[in-house]
Order: sequence, then structure tokens, then C-alpha cells
Amino acid sequence: MAAALLETAGLTKRFGSVAALFEVSLRLDAGETVGVIGPNGAGKTTLFDCILGVLQPDAGSVWFEGTRIDRLPVFRRSLLGIGRTFQRLELFSGMTPREHLLVTERARGAQGALWKDVLGMGLPTPDEKRQAADLLDLVGLTDVADAPVESLSLGRSRLVELARALVGPPKLLLLDEPSSGLDDAERATLVSVLGRLGRTRDVAVVVVEHDLDLVGALVERLVVLDVGRVIADGPVEAVLADTAVRRAYLGVGR
Amino acid sequence: MSLFLSYLLPGIPYGCAYALMAVGLVLTYRASGVFNLAFGAQAYVSAVVFSIALHDGWPGWAAFVVAVLLASPAIGLAMERLLFRYTRTAGPLVKLVPALGLLIAIPAVTQMVIGTATRLPSSLVLEPWKVYFHLASTPVSGEELSTTVITVAVVAAFALVLRSSGLGLRMRAVVESPRMAELSGVRSDRTSATAWVLSSLLAGLAGVLLAPLYSTVSASNFTALLVAAIAAAAIGSFTSLPITLIGAIGLGIAQQLLAGYLPSGTILSSGLRPAFPFVVLAVALVAGRTLRQPEAGDPLASCDPPAVAFRAPTRLTEVTVGSRAFTALVVGMLVATTLVLVPGNWEFVFTLGIVLSIVFLSITLLTGMGGQISLGQAAFVGAGAFTAGQLAMHSVPVLGAIVLAGVLAAALGAVVALPALRLGGIAVGLLTLSFALLATNVLFLYPWSGNGATGLTVPRPALGPISFAGNGAFFWLALVFLVVLAGVVKLVQWGTTGQELAALRGSERGSAAVGIDVRRLRVVAFTLSAAIAGIGGALYASLQQSISVNDFNYEFSLIYVVVVAAVGVYSVAGAIEAGILYAVLMQLTSTLPSRYSSLLALVFALAALTYVRHSEGVVAYAKAWVLDRAEQLTRHLQGPGLSLAGEAHIQDRTDRPAVASGDASAEHPGSPTEHPGSPDVHAVPRSHS
Ligand SMILES: Nc1ncnc2c1ncn2[C@@H]1O[C@H](COP(=O)(O)OP(=O)(O)O)[C@@H](O)[C@H]1O
Ligand SMILES: [Mg+2]
Repeated sequence: MAAALLETAGLTKRFGSVAALFEVSLRLDAGETVGVIGPNGAGKTTLFDCILGVLQPDAGSVWFEGTRIDRLPVFRRSLLGIGRTFQRLELFSGMTPREHLLVTERARGAQGALWKDVLGMGLPTPDEKRQAADLLDLVGLTDVADAPVESLSLGRSRLVELARALVGPPKLLLLDEPSSGLDDAERATLVSVLGRLGRTRDVAVVVVEHDLDLVGALVERLVVLDVGRVIADGPVEAVLADTAVRRAYLGVGR
Repeated sequence: MSLFLSYLLPGIPYGCAYALMAVGLVLTYRASGVFNLAFGAQAYVSAVVFSIALHDGWPGWAAFVVAVLLASPAIGLAMERLLFRYTRTAGPLVKLVPALGLLIAIPAVTQMVIGTATRLPSSLVLEPWKVYFHLASTPVSGEELSTTVITVAVVAAFALVLRSSGLGLRMRAVVESPRMAELSGVRSDRTSATAWVLSSLLAGLAGVLLAPLYSTVSASNFTALLVAAIAAAAIGSFTSLPITLIGAIGLGIAQQLLAGYLPSGTILSSGLRPAFPFVVLAVALVAGRTLRQPEAGDPLASCDPPAVAFRAPTRLTEVTVGSRAFTALVVGMLVATTLVLVPGNWEFVFTLGIVLSIVFLSITLLTGMGGQISLGQAAFVGAGAFTAGQLAMHSVPVLGAIVLAGVLAAALGAVVALPALRLGGIAVGLLTLSFALLATNVLFLYPWSGNGATGLTVPRPALGPISFAGNGAFFWLALVFLVVLAGVVKLVQWGTTGQELAALRGSERGSAAVGIDVRRLRVVAFTLSAAIAGIGGALYASLQQSISVNDFNYEFSLIYVVVVAAVGVYSVAGAIEAGILYAVLMQLTSTLPSRYSSLLALVFALAALTYVRHSEGVVAYAKAWVLDRAEQLTRHLQGPGLSLAGEAHIQDRTDRPAVASGDASAEHPGSPTEHPGSPDVHAVPRSHS
């Protein structure tokens, strides 16, 4: 059997006495689209943090394309082909959306060298500029491409993060509540971008989302987390019919 | 045993004063996320007020009430109300710069109002030097007794109040998330104001208690006290009051023991005592857990408008070209007049300005571009200066020595950056500050480096037949260095490294997530910055021709940051303006009576207070204002057709979430709506439309 794109084995993370993740074992193949749902505080963001290395898990391992990555620093994992958005935005304040994409392209190409900069060779290539423009077009941000990100609405800021995570392109895309704060038009953009990714199956997508309609439209598989444990994992309809899932979600608003 | 005790006991009052300050630091840090470096200044004010009141014949209790219960808390409250309540959700630099400004401004004002006359400080309760009893045949003085008893009682009372009243819990809630705290019924404003008043009280008390230990009440004694207090707070991980108390007293004792047992008369024994907190702070920061991570933001931050980072607006080409031409004209005229009309003395002043500009460039690169805080640049400047001096003494050509000084300073910068890699934000600043302290007190005193107070002499350079011995020739040489280094910084800024630094400044997590090697980048930034500072130092040495450790005192590191931040930290132009302005003002104020000697620092320190509102600096703000007007005028002259793009922008900014446009932006002075750096109608980029 070919190695999975991403595999977590017995991932456990504690904050004091709270187990934010407990023995989470997941497997994801290339091109797969998975929704992760669960009440607030279920450990969804913590799961992303452990996969990317923002947090170090207390136990368990993370594998990407057959190599163990849980000892690697965040940037190395990112360079392997993992793109991510953050629930709490981590934008480069002071930069424009276009600059966000250009710096990401250069970082992904690992082209940073001081001597090149000093010789004036550190500027973005025409190729990189075109790719950045294409991505901005894809997420519908061309009109604000050169405005500082602080001036953007929350929804558009999330789209900047999405575009930034798509630079590369990555093999795995981790999206943390991408639709929160988006208006209808922005949501439509999000759905069309993710829908296209899902159809081409070039990029595997894991999306944390509270909007079940959106999740249902985009993913083929659902994982449900509750208090740090995986309580269901399977095709969307089957999972949504599960009684344990209904109980965990009771009172969450939908 | 009694020898040991006789070394140990005198350490206790120091330790107690450290403890009071440290507890105050922890309180404000926990309540508002601000590392209040100005506590040193508050302690100083209380000490001054107290001794002057006593000197004027006030009864002790009245002096105490005014100095400790009124003066210091009033300053603390004013600081919280006027400045720091606006910085709660801001980044570390925005919290740091005003505190630094106050650390410099408060003693300066005090000195101007009250004068520099040294007055004998007086003790609080008991006769300071009277021996009350003997402990294992070691005399215990009134000073030691009263300080210890008061400190332990006060700290215990604080710990008790914090625990029983729930104030401690509320403070933590407020600093974690002022919004969340308010949603659960905590009045963040009142909580943080209370914390500032209480901790200022402690700072004042520390000042009054400690004053008798020094022969004069001088502000720099209290800055040193502050560093020790920071070390103690770091031992307690900036959270635990009991551990902070024990750590502080331990620190005071350890300092005295070191002084007692180290062979006397050596640099190590005289220097290590003041520099010892560095060692402790470095170990505590690097080994401890609390400050290692970049500070976590407010969990509800996405409801707030995002933190505003300054960004120079893109302007009409006409305006840009016009302003460039105007700048070139002014600079050209300045250079011309310097060379032709100006008396030799002023030639020297402008050269000094250029050299300072180079030093300030190192801050532009590190702090302005990369968001990394260094409070120890003076150490790199000094390292460069002394390297050049030593090399020149060993008959290396001076020009070569200046370049090599940059190389050595770079190496030093890399070494300091390595432990700093584990830290985030303000902690890096504290670590570098303590490094500068170590440099001033130990490293620069050896004959092989700075040669102590005697210092070194450094000749002016020559290049083949061309001699730069005259002030005029040296001016040109310095100018060439400035142009080259400013060019390097500009190229770095435009290049990949600069863009990655900008990303790092915006968000460390985001940077790592897109594949930027944050550690490497920080080492690169520190190394390059130290190299520039080192070259600046070497040029300074050659300009002055005679230098000593006093030229590179660690306090200059603080002043540098304040000056650059006040004028404009984000641009190369800002560094140059800061350098020239500082040198010129220094010359103009040099003839004032000694009472006003800190007027210069005060001007910049007060300007730095505006950093909360205008992080781009006052000069950059003024320039933006003028250019805004110029742009409006240009648009007006060009006719109405161009304003459409601007309207599109306004549309954009109104679809911010409701919370943000409501109370939040009204409350935050730095919110995008009022910020000159944020896009405005007239700041809409046009270059590619
Ligand atoms: N840095 C942290 N310190 C302490 N507890 C945390 C931290 N981050 C998350 N937690 C806790 O871990 C649990 C899972 O959080 P999170 O992964 O953010 O949940 P979700 O994203 O599913 O809403 C929650 O109980 C949260 O309070
Ligand atoms: Mg989450």
C-alpha cells in the first residue's frame, strides 16, 4: 500500500489537565477532501497546530508522504507542501495581499539569501508576479491587491490567507473555519475555489467548519472531534446520521 | 560563618528593593501586558521627593505619604490612563517605546524642575546606620532591618489581596483578552488602572527604601535597579509573586557574596556585581518557559480590527517625484553649506550626525523592518569602536580596521541572537539590554578591549595618498559609508530578506507557516544589524579619535531606540533624519546649564510617547501630512476624474465587522480609521491603474 499523504498516530496534546487531543489517529490520501467538525473547544485547531508543528504534541507521531515530520520545525513542514489558514488571522500586517503572495512564493522557493538581495537579485521574478496575480484573481481580490491588509474586511482577510496557503501549490491544505466572517459573495468565492480543488484532486483539503451546508457541499468525508477524541469518521451522510454526533453537536446552534 | 553573614546581610536590603520593583513589574505585566521599564524612573522620583521633603524639614510620615502614596501612584495612573490602556492589544514594540520614553523623560523632567543638586538621601523608619542588634556577631543596621520587614510584609499583603479579592484572576483575564473579560463582567479599564496604581506604589516604596544605599540619588542607579528587578521577575517567570520575592532577595545576596568572595581589585569582581543580573536574566529567560513563545494574542482578536502596522501610502507619481526633488535639493544645500559656509565645528557636528545615522540604520533594519527589539545596540557600537581601536594600535590600516570592526560586531550579533531565538518580543529586548549591561560593566573594561575609563585613541584613516585627518575630508568619508550602508539596507528591504522580515514583523506564526525559516532570518537580521552598528561605532571612534567605555554606556541603547522610534523607525530616511537631528540638537543644547543637560533626551522621549498613536514617528508623520496636502492639491489641479478609485476604497473599509467599526475603533487611538498610514482617499495606489 502506498504511504498516505498524511497520517497521525495516537496524537495527544494536553494543556494542563485538559486533553485537547487524545489519541487521534487519522489517515488522509492525496487529493482527498475531509471536513472536521466538532463543538468549540473540541481540539480542531489544536489538531492543525500539531500537524504543522505550531504545537508539539505530548505523544504520537505525524507522517507526511511516508516520512515522519513531527520533529521538524514549522517552516520545513510547510515547505514539504502543507498550506494552512488560521482561525485567528495571522496576516502580515503592513503588507498588501500581493506582497503576501510574493513573499510566500519566494519563501516556498527557499530563495532567500542576503548576498543576492545586496546585489539586487532578490526581487520577484515576472513568473512569480504572474502567479501572484493569478491567485489574487482566483480568490477575487484583484481590486484590493495593493491595499494594506488592515484595510480589508474580515472576510476578505480570510481570502488573503486562503490565497497565501494556495501558493505553491501545496499538497495538503488545512483550512481553519475559512467561512467565518465572510459575506455571501465571499462565501461563494470560497465555495467555488474549494470546489475546483476538490474536483481536480491535486490538493488534499482538510477543512474545519461549523457551517454544515458548506461542508456537505465540499467534502466527501467527515471527521467529528469531541473533547479531543475522534467520535466519528466516514462518508458525510453516514456521519451526520450518527447519534453520537448529534448528541455532541446538540445545542451548538444548528 | 560570621564572614559569610557579614557578606550576606548587606545583600538583603538590595534584594528587598529588587523584590518590590519586580513584584510591581509582574503586576503591570499581568494586568496590561506592558513591561513597564519606567518603574526605574518612578522609584527615582519617589526617592527624590522623599529626600527633598525631609531636607525641607517635613515630618517623616508626611514625606512618605507624598513620595510613596501620592507621587508615584499618580504617575502610574496617568501613564495607564493616557498611554498604556490603548496598547493592551498592541504589539510588543508599541508597548515598549512609550515605556522607554518615560524611563528617560521622567528623570529628565525631575532634574529640570528640582535641579541636580545632590541631597543626602534619608531613611524611612529607623536610623539607617545605627546598629540595632547583632546576628551571630554581625551588626544589623536600621536600614537592613526596616527594609526587610517592610518588604516581606508588603509583598505578603499583596499576594494575599490578589488571591482573596480575585483581582489577580481579573488581571489575568484582562491581559488574556480584554474583550472576553468584559463580556464576563470584568471592567478591564478599572482592573488595569488598579494594577498600575498598586505597582507604582511598590516602585515608589522601593525607591524610598533603596535611596539610603546610594551616596547620591541619581537616575542611573535606579535604571540598574530596574535591570535587577527584571531578572528577579524573570526568575518568577513573570507570574509567581513568591518565587519573584525569593529570587529577588537571592539575587541581592548573591551579588554581595560575589563581591565579597571574588578576588578584590579585579575587573571581574567590581564589574560582575552590576552585571550579575545579566547572567541571571539570560539564564532565566532562556531556561524559563513563559516568555519563550511569541506572546499569544487575544482569542477574540478576530473581532477587533487587526493591529495597525505602519505602511507608507503609495502616492501620485507627481507628488513622489516632487518630494524627492525637494529632498535632494535640501540635502544638497545642506551638504554645500556644511562644506563652504559652516565653521569647522559644525563640520564635526554633521559628521557626527552621519555616524549616528549609520548606528540608527542598524535599528531601522532590525526593529523597523524586522520587528525585532534590541535594547543593546550600544554594545555592538562599542564592540566595533574598540575593535577598530585595537586593530589600529596593532598597525592595521584604519580603513581596514573599520571594516573588520563590522565583521567582529556581526559575529557578536550572531552570538547574542542565538539565545534570543528561543524568545519572542520584549524578552529579546531584555536579553540584549542585559548583554549591553555586561558589556559596559565587564567586557569593555579589559585592556584588550575598551581599556576601562582610560579608553583608547584611534587615528583618522588614510587611503594611499589621501588623508582623512581633517574634519572636512572625514565628512566625505563618513558620507560614503552612509550612502553605501543605506543602499545595502534599501536593497535588503526590497529583496527577499526584507520582504521576509516584513512578514516576520507582521506575524511570526504566519511566516513560519508559509515556509520562512524564522530562526535563520532572525540571526541574519541581528548579524547584519550588529555589523552596521559596529561600523558606525568604528567611524565614531575615528571621528572622536579618543573613546572610552562611557561613550557606549548601555543606557545609550535605550536612547537610540527612543530617538529612532520618535523620528521614524520604518524608513532609511528616518534613520538619517534622526542621526542628523540628534547631532544638531546636541550641539545646540551643549551650552545650556547642567540642569538642562537632559533636555535633548527629553525632547525625543516626549516625541516617543506619540508612538502609541503614530508608530511611523513624528517626522515621518509630519512628512506624510505635508505630502497628503500636496497630493490633494495635485488632484484638485488635475480635475475630478481621478477620485473614483478613492471612493471604491472607502466602500471597502465600511464592510468591516460591526464590532470593529463600533466601540473598538473609537477606543483604539491607533485604529485604521484615524491612521495616516492607512489608505485614505488620497492614498490610493495609482501606479498600476
Ligand atoms: N494555548 C492553550 N493553552 C491552554 N489551553 C488551550 C490552548 N489552546 C487550546 N486550549 C484548549 O484546548 C482545547 C481545544 O482547543 P481548540 O483546539 O482551539 O478547539 P477548537 O478549535 O475545536 O474550537 C480547548 O479546551 C482550549 O481551551
Ligand atoms: Mg478552533
